[in-house]
Amino acid sequence: MSTTTKTPTTPQTRTPSKAARLLGDRRLPVLVTAALFLVMYIGGLSRYVNYGFGDSQVFLNLFIDNSYLLVAAVGATFVIMSGGIDLSVGSVIGFTTMLTAWLVQDVGLPLLVVIPISLGVGAFGGFLMGYVIHNFEIQPFIVTLAGLFLFRGLCLVISKESIAITDSAVSSLAETRVSLGVGDLSIGAVVALLVLAGAFYLLHYTRFGRRIYAIGGNEQSALLMGLPLGGTKIAVYTLSGFCSALAGLLFMLYIQSGDPLHAVGMELDAIAAVVIGGTLLTGGSGYVLGTLFGVLVLGLIKSIIQFEGTLSSWWTKIATGVLLCAFILIQRVMTTRKKT
Amino acid sequence: MTTTSRWRALTRHNLFWPIVVLVALLLVNVPFTPDFFAIRMTDGHLYGSLVSIVLFGSPLILVAVGMTLVIATGGIDLSVGAVVAITGALTCSYISDQSDQDALAGVLLAMGVGLIAAVVCGLWNGFLVARMGIQPIIATLIIMVAGRGVAQLITDGQIITINSEPYKLIGGGYWLTLPFSIFVVAAVVAVTVALTRRTALGLLVESVGGNAEASRLVGIRSRRIKIMVYVFCALCAGIAGLMISSNTSAADGNNAGLWIELDAILAVVIGGTSLLGGRFSIGGTVVGALVIQTLTTTIYTIGVPTQTNLVFKAAVVIVVCLLQSPKFRAKVFGARAKTAAPAAPAAVAEPADSAPKMEVS
Repeated sequence: MSTTTKTPTTPQTRTPSKAARLLGDRRLPVLVTAALFLVMYIGGLSRYVNYGFGDSQVFLNLFIDNSYLLVAAVGATFVIMSGGIDLSVGSVIGFTTMLTAWLVQDVGLPLLVVIPISLGVGAFGGFLMGYVIHNFEIQPFIVTLAGLFLFRGLCLVISKESIAITDSAVSSLAETRVSLGVGDLSIGAVVALLVLAGAFYLLHYTRFGRRIYAIGGNEQSALLMGLPLGGTKIAVYTLSGFCSALAGLLFMLYIQSGDPLHAVGMELDAIAAVVIGGTLLTGGSGYVLGTLFGVLVLGLIKSIIQFEGTLSSWWTKIATGVLLCAFILIQRVMTTRKKT
Repeated sequence: MTTTSRWRALTRHNLFWPIVVLVALLLVNVPFTPDFFAIRMTDGHLYGSLVSIVLFGSPLILVAVGMTLVIATGGIDLSVGAVVAITGALTCSYISDQSDQDALAGVLLAMGVGLIAAVVCGLWNGFLVARMGIQPIIATLIIMVAGRGVAQLITDGQIITINSEPYKLIGGGYWLTLPFSIFVVAAVVAVTVALTRRTALGLLVESVGGNAEASRLVGIRSRRIKIMVYVFCALCAGIAGLMISSNTSAADGNNAGLWIELDAILAVVIGGTSLLGGRFSIGGTVVGALVIQTLTTTIYTIGVPTQTNLVFKAAVVIVVCLLQSPKFRAKVFGARAKTAAPAAPAAVAEPADSAPKMEVS
């Protein structure tokens, strides 16, 4: 599975197969998503420009308000690219908010100690799931489903009530803004962009990334080629657990509380973002930048619905479902074309 | 036939270990509530823990039975929770619009509308899976995500409460001294078992789950079978949706049937149906659903904080799946299994363990 992300090479041939070639291009779904984002943004501009939609801060808020989703979706991208699925994302996010809130607020540990603990717990959870998936050959779906139950249950074991965080370190960190001249970003958004950059490097420029593509493309072939199947798979789930925990920390910063019902169902948002970003759910094909556009499109739907005012929040779910459906069908058409 | 071989045949029956687990769970309650098994008659209705386990477990049994057939074809249906919400929302909003909510004809019409919506959802899932060839997890994810939005759209984001006597019957009413929902469940299970085990339909479903392409080549319309099971599954979820909304006399687009798809999958797995498809056991699923409901009830009655419910469930999923994994059994019980074949490592071990043996019998 080649994964060149170098300069896009447009088909130079004048043959009539140009359209077919374009349809077979792996970058097409990402381009479609990026175009969709652009169209939606311009549509929003033309409709609400008098209400301040064109304000650059509105655009930057997309990153601030969706920083946690971006980090979770990046983790999910790795798993999906390797041909697996991780349903525990939302629960791990919820559990992390609960754990950090509890450790900071009730136990009284300093935030600098709590952060590595939370990240470690998330990564270890992912590692365990990966270990079971690989070593006992149980479907990822069912193992991560157990993870979903387990972490959500552990949230409730810590406390049934939400824990508000009044720690000064947390609130000062949450209020810190990084100025960009045209507007500012929160620490969470900066972290999310750094994670994205790291994931981009890891997936497209390292041996580890190539292994993920290879395993997602065809596990049997990857094994025959002598790739370390188990290690890579376990690493992917560990990474996803780590990203979920980090997303939980960002969510905690964003909301400044821990709640056992935080982020219920966010794994679906993450998976939807990955799919809308053009990553094939069968694994082996996609770009992490697509996931960014997926998250931005989902975030833009929310902003537009907010600006619209009259539309209600459930339209977000319906619009997400419709987009999901459209992109799945696009992917389907593309994969059948490639085979024939 | 010696007693030992008869015993061995019994323990190898696919329902043996799920039932053992169920009975064990029920017995756990006795030290905490001595009259756990007592059933008393009040106002012409039977009351008791056993009755309420079946009553509260009814929607789960229905959804799980539908899910069993989907899983038997090698698929999975994540949209059932959303279908539960849509059906409840649609039916309740129809009933609440009527001037006389007690009119039987109006209630039946409303229920019909709700069930038709469920069937449409099933057709859509089946279309995506069978015609478009999309992975079942992903195909059904669409309705899982969008469905709750649709349900909230129908109820306008509110929780619609209704006050309809005939509608109350299906989820909370009594008939012949027993909760009416038990009869509904019994009817659905009986029809399903009759259709799948008294006709060739069950065999066809298993054949499609074993190898859809091979089945098609021998002349089975595997696409049609697949569409059929998704419709059936959605219909079961729709009936469960009627029950849940009828029991609470309200439709809550956001929370009705939340996570029921996961419980249903768990029930199917406990019942010994492999997630890989190709074989199924309706009886096992019913027992599996009862195990989950009993687990919930037990947690309530023995006074363990209810929030640990999910942790227990997670433990059950992990144990059942580990024991279902041939690799795990080879690693952990490998040495023992070679010397003593029918080794019974743990109680929960066997629903999984007995499943592969079904093939032989």
